[in-house]
Amino acid sequence: MSERGVADELKSSPDVRRMICITCPLGCHLEVSVHDDTFLVSGNRCQRGEAYAREEVLNPRRTVTATCAAVLPDGRHPGPSDGIPRRVPVRTSQPFPRERIQELLDLLHTMEIQLPVKSGDMVVENALGTGIDVICTRSLDASGR
Amino acid sequence: MRQARYDAVVIGGGAAGMAAAIELNRRGHSVAILEREETLGGILMQCIHNGFGLIEFNEELSGPEFAQRLETQVRSRGISAFLCTTVLDIREEGGTRAVYCVSPAEGVSRIEAGAVLLAMGCRERNRGNIRIPGTRPAGVYTAGLAQRLVNIEGYIPGKDVVIVGSGDIGLIMARRMTWAGCKVHAVIEILPYPSGLTRNIVQCLEDFGIPLYLSHLVTDIVGEDRVEGVEVTPIEQGALMHDKAFRILCDTVLLSVGLVPENELSRAAGIDINPATNGPVVDSMLMTSMPGVFACGNVLHVHDLVDYVVEEARRAGAAASEWLAGYRPEAEIRVKAGANIRYVLPGRLNPARENRLYMRPLIVRNDCRLELKVDGKVVRSIRKAHVQPSEMLSMVVTQADLAQAGRDSVVEIALA
Repeated sequence: MSERGVADELKSSPDVRRMICITCPLGCHLEVSVHDDTFLVSGNRCQRGEAYAREEVLNPRRTVTATCAAVLPDGRHPGPSDGIPRRVPVRTSQPFPRERIQELLDLLHTMEIQLPVKSGDMVVENALGTGIDVICTRSLDASGR
Repeated sequence: MRQARYDAVVIGGGAAGMAAAIELNRRGHSVAILEREETLGGILMQCIHNGFGLIEFNEELSGPEFAQRLETQVRSRGISAFLCTTVLDIREEGGTRAVYCVSPAEGVSRIEAGAVLLAMGCRERNRGNIRIPGTRPAGVYTAGLAQRLVNIEGYIPGKDVVIVGSGDIGLIMARRMTWAGCKVHAVIEILPYPSGLTRNIVQCLEDFGIPLYLSHLVTDIVGEDRVEGVEVTPIEQGALMHDKAFRILCDTVLLSVGLVPENELSRAAGIDINPATNGPVVDSMLMTSMPGVFACGNVLHVHDLVDYVVEEARRAGAAASEWLAGYRPEAEIRVKAGANIRYVLPGRLNPARENRLYMRPLIVRNDCRLELKVDGKVVRSIRKAHVQPSEMLSMVVTQADLAQAGRDSVVEIALA
């Protein structure tokens, strides 16, 4: 389809979405419209822009990072004056479906991680049935160092 | 007083300090890292978001994971790391360098060093630095302090947040606070364009519908005991439009208004500081005006990626190693910032070597050229699809590029 054709198509469509491509620092301003079996992207300066738009519209995903409460081996939570971290950082092993992020955070915020823990340890396997794991990203020994 | 001696002493155990120490150790030198915190890793430990390491490790890591990769090498190489150790003074004594430091475990120590590497990082600009008028209620934090409170200490500093400045830390904190259950009402930026990376604008603001007010200034912080709101005034053609000012209710203000290299120690030691970077003036070996004292990472100039910090620190470690072995450049040529460039670092080139330069643009522009000029003649031109002040540029200048350059030549780097 010619450039003019795409633009005309976009103007006539009610479901045009605007977004900035973040694949590279150029930051092309994209216009995307989706019909039953066609997917139109304009404003992109390269093919990667189209792939980005497709992924963002059809299956948006983000790496989620959060923290969970740290628990010492004796079951105590580190106190404010203990001088050791009270939270253990975690992340999803892969980008996670965007529309389910809040559900995942709600789960992670109820969780406690027993020390010692090693970076890469599994925190949640197959989170919310997505096939994506949540892993710990910091090693802390039994004393929280 | 405890006494010790190492070939090299590295001040600061963050990404720069660890990378420099690893390189020195790899080249056969005895090295000690002096770190004032209880852990190595520096600011990376509170940067729990991902996006670190794409250049260095070819994968996306969180800050603590990136730090751990370096710390594992520091430990496995047996590099001495003194934690909870604050450096008080760097002095030239009897033809060598002495670093005075203090720690609960050792008391005051004097450590002699063939070479000293400055890797103290940077500090956040605060409310006093940007002079926001208003009352002095609780609830005003720098973004990095809030990040530490949320991610390590486990405290949420407030519920209704306004972020001042669109630097990357502020944008990252907009997402972090939202995910932690707070409402982020706005990000206020004085400039007509965002200071942070586009990726962060999209993923930290647009994902959550957080408004970004460009060309707006916070002109008042309101509240008695606790922040109750901020007054925001639009800027049009450089003038504050007071009649268009509006108020946003909030209980917390986070400031993300820039970073300043932390050079109290350098200044006290009499090391020359470059006003364009707020870091030490360095030669082609990243050596400061004090012989045998080198600088790398955010204490030298503020970087946007830790991957660049590590690259530069490794180079400083290598240069310090060569300096210890007696290498000195035969000649150096000054390089200066030309059109549309804020600074070039280092400011001197070694014409007998390959030189890696970092520079920061002054402009936002698509399709331009980064040029190396010798006495007004372009000797190299690199096409850049897009430049903006928040993204540092890099260039390698070779011996061939400088073949026609003499000692008095004017070498400059410009954006055209």
